[in-house]
Amino acid sequence: MSKQIFNLPDVGEGLTEADIVAWKVKPGDTVAINDVLCEIETAKSLVELPSPFEGTVLELLAPEHETIEVGSPIIAIGAATDAAPAAPGPAPVSPSASPEANDGGRAPSAPAVPSSAPSVALPSVQPPAGADGANAPVPQMHEPGVESGPLVGSGPKADAVKRRPRRQQITAPGSSLGDSAAQQSEAQPAVPSGTAMGINGGAPQAAATPEADNAVARLLTRVLAKPPVRRIAKELGINLADVPATGARGEVTRADLESYQVQREREIAAAPKFWEPAKKPSDQRIEVVPVRGVRKATAKAMVDSAFTAPHVSIFVDVDASRTMEFVQRLKKSREFENIKVSPLLILAKAVIWAAARNPSVNSEWVSTPKGDEIHVKHFMNLGIAAATPRGLLVPNIKNAQDLSLKDLAVALNDLATTARAGKTKAADMQGGTLTVTNIGALGIDIGTPIINPGEVAIVAFGTIKQKPWVVSGEVIPRWITTLGGSFDHRVVDGDLSARFMADVAAIMEEPALLLD
Amino acid sequence: MAGELPTTEFDDIPEELLDELEALAQERTEGHVNMVQLLDEEGRFHHRSHFAERASAWNGDELRGLYRDMAMIRRFDAEATALQRQGQLSLWVPVRGQEAAQIGSGRATLPQDYIFPTYREHGVALTRGVELGELLRQFRGVSNGGWDPTETNFHLYTLVLAAQVPHAVGYAMALQRDASRAAGAGRPLPESAAVVAYFGDGASSEGDIHESMVFAASFKAPVVFFCQNNQWAISVPTQVQSRIPLHNRAKGYGFPGLRVDGNDVLAVRAVTEWALERARSGKGPVLIEAYTYRQGAHTTADDPTKYRLTAEEESWLAKDPVTRFEKFLRAEGHADDAFFAEVAAEGDALAAKSRKDVLAFEPPSLAEEMQNVYSERHPLVDEELAWHLQYEAGFADADANAVEGGH
Repeated sequence: MSKQIFNLPDVGEGLTEADIVAWKVKPGDTVAINDVLCEIETAKSLVELPSPFEGTVLELLAPEHETIEVGSPIIAIGAATDAAPAAPGPAPVSPSASPEANDGGRAPSAPAVPSSAPSVALPSVQPPAGADGANAPVPQMHEPGVESGPLVGSGPKADAVKRRPRRQQITAPGSSLGDSAAQQSEAQPAVPSGTAMGINGGAPQAAATPEADNAVARLLTRVLAKPPVRRIAKELGINLADVPATGARGEVTRADLESYQVQREREIAAAPKFWEPAKKPSDQRIEVVPVRGVRKATAKAMVDSAFTAPHVSIFVDVDASRTMEFVQRLKKSREFENIKVSPLLILAKAVIWAAARNPSVNSEWVSTPKGDEIHVKHFMNLGIAAATPRGLLVPNIKNAQDLSLKDLAVALNDLATTARAGKTKAADMQGGTLTVTNIGALGIDIGTPIINPGEVAIVAFGTIKQKPWVVSGEVIPRWITTLGGSFDHRVVDGDLSARFMADVAAIMEEPALLLD
Repeated sequence: MAGELPTTEFDDIPEELLDELEALAQERTEGHVNMVQLLDEEGRFHHRSHFAERASAWNGDELRGLYRDMAMIRRFDAEATALQRQGQLSLWVPVRGQEAAQIGSGRATLPQDYIFPTYREHGVALTRGVELGELLRQFRGVSNGGWDPTETNFHLYTLVLAAQVPHAVGYAMALQRDASRAAGAGRPLPESAAVVAYFGDGASSEGDIHESMVFAASFKAPVVFFCQNNQWAISVPTQVQSRIPLHNRAKGYGFPGLRVDGNDVLAVRAVTEWALERARSGKGPVLIEAYTYRQGAHTTADDPTKYRLTAEEESWLAKDPVTRFEKFLRAEGHADDAFFAEVAAEGDALAAKSRKDVLAFEPPSLAEEMQNVYSERHPLVDEELAWHLQYEAGFADADANAVEGGH
């Protein structure tokens, strides 16, 4: 009697892995077709797997709470007579399915399905060990380190992407895999006229002349890196030449830069408090949280959504009467003489206070070749949307968390004055971590603000006006405003955004809370 | 980054329009006000509508047939869902909850009518006599279609939202032209036929639907627009897509639109029969909005618990089309336990056969696929095929793998 193996299926469209949440059967159990075997969680959903076989459970081949690759065997089912006292313990997943096994094998994973996908059949090239950039620039389909795989429903099983061996191997000396297309052409009949079979598509590019390469190499005397990586390195004060490069043709990738940064970071002990002092290098003030699992999938889904940006917006009505009184008192106080004080000042302070209590709103979504990350910023560069002669600008107040109420007021005034004069510098607008937009200044009740790129939250401040309000069962006029917040749903979920907005609202209702 | 600046958006719907929309939307919340319903949720028959006369005429066999179809498609649907979970299908589009809308409308069609389905019309396929196992070919990825539409007048599934609706109107207009040409030539007229275009509440937002309805109205094309409003366009509720009940849109195009309880198989069949008769007699199109509910996921790749509440799902389970009709049959004495047991056994047999069919599907060969490029043989295709076969034969493992187009 044969042992029947059930391999983990792709229960969504193009899923590559899943976690077994709970086994519903154990060795020795008798199962019928469509009996539930286990519950699995994928990046998309929690689903039950029904049995494709009838018989007795021989062995559970995959443990609970571990990520299993699609296609790995998870359970063995045989006829009742086969039932052996097999250990239910975790068994290793098939080595061919583990991602590590493929890591070093970029070249063998080059697509080998020319007939079904001619347009993607360009031979992929193994990045050379040297960093001289002398190799022919053959287009690459994937980011280094990103495993190619089925993107949409891929049939009953995900096809393993392997290069099939040819009958005749004609190996030219020193040939790289990029030449394989040419080899194949030699061993084959002429391509039919009027067609361009994809398998040959890579050949012309692969045949770049050495002269051209040398010319390119001469131009590229500096370290290779993409502009965003250069920018980050500059911001972090890292010399790119110091960073070990792993990218194609010796390119310093973002991942390289970040791992270098992490290494430097380890030398300094983490500070216990949330706000890090401004004098520390900024790389130590960013906490890197790897993005995995459902968070990763949610993020991708949000980004891919054709209908909407991944914004979630919430609004709250606030009785700002105490804030108005507080502002009036400040205006009269000697301390604040000649300083313009507005409710925006209290809001700014409230946002800083609330962000410390809900740190995820003060972060950034960063996509890296090794996966997405959330960078939680332990400092507040508070952006203020300002209408200026040049249009809408969002300069930010650096390290706003360190400023006293008075300093913050001065900073707000300076920022506004500079912006209105059209003198805001580019540097003033970079590195923002959270933005406030005062649409109330234009007499608007509230709107849906759009998040400033590179941030995950924005707070809109509506106009403050007297409205009838119910206090202790009586309708009395109070100063009412509406706060609106938009949050990047990849990072900030509804409950967190609600808590953050409730905290901001609490300060607007009772500024005295800032004292604690 | 300084170049990308935040903007601010506002909802600028005028007050008066909001009031008007609010009033129209009330119709929706009341639900049954403008909805044709013959069987209530408890399966009691009501003579509230003139459609009741039509339904009263159906005999016991016909009524049991409607139940049988609904139960069979529900069982088949469960099996197909399981097959997907077992890795035997790439995807499945569950129909659970919409059986009455599909069986009722499908049973209203005549053999000469032509049906343009979406990708969820498994129940309609059953009523048209399509071998159900054939539906699974496409979902296993071994065919672009699966059945011959000319045999059953049930068109191949269309996966692109609403793309089949202009085709349906075009087909209906062609029926008109065939008839007038036959009349002009003095030939006997073809049997009068109509077309049913299926689509969902989500697809109703597509431009194709608008264009189709404009043409259908202008030419009085013999087409019935059958919209299954299952409340959810994947994760988007209908209210987001339409401020008014969908059937009201027909008024704007100038043909009748009505809402029918899509979980009441008698009402659906009666209304669809009426609409088809009207279309065949040259009076033009009708929009039917079958008000129903997708009880399961949009597809097996979807998880509805992420966007809708259990309470909502439960409220619709109380309106389930199959249990409602079972109550009716039992109460009216049309069917007994033996009948229901027999149908259940028949369903299990259908499920087992479908499973067997799926596992036996052969993947198509490259040669077959390439022959689908042109309707007739083409020398260039032959040349390319010969080249490719030779190329495939050049692999060391070519003997082990018969040429299957690289798989």
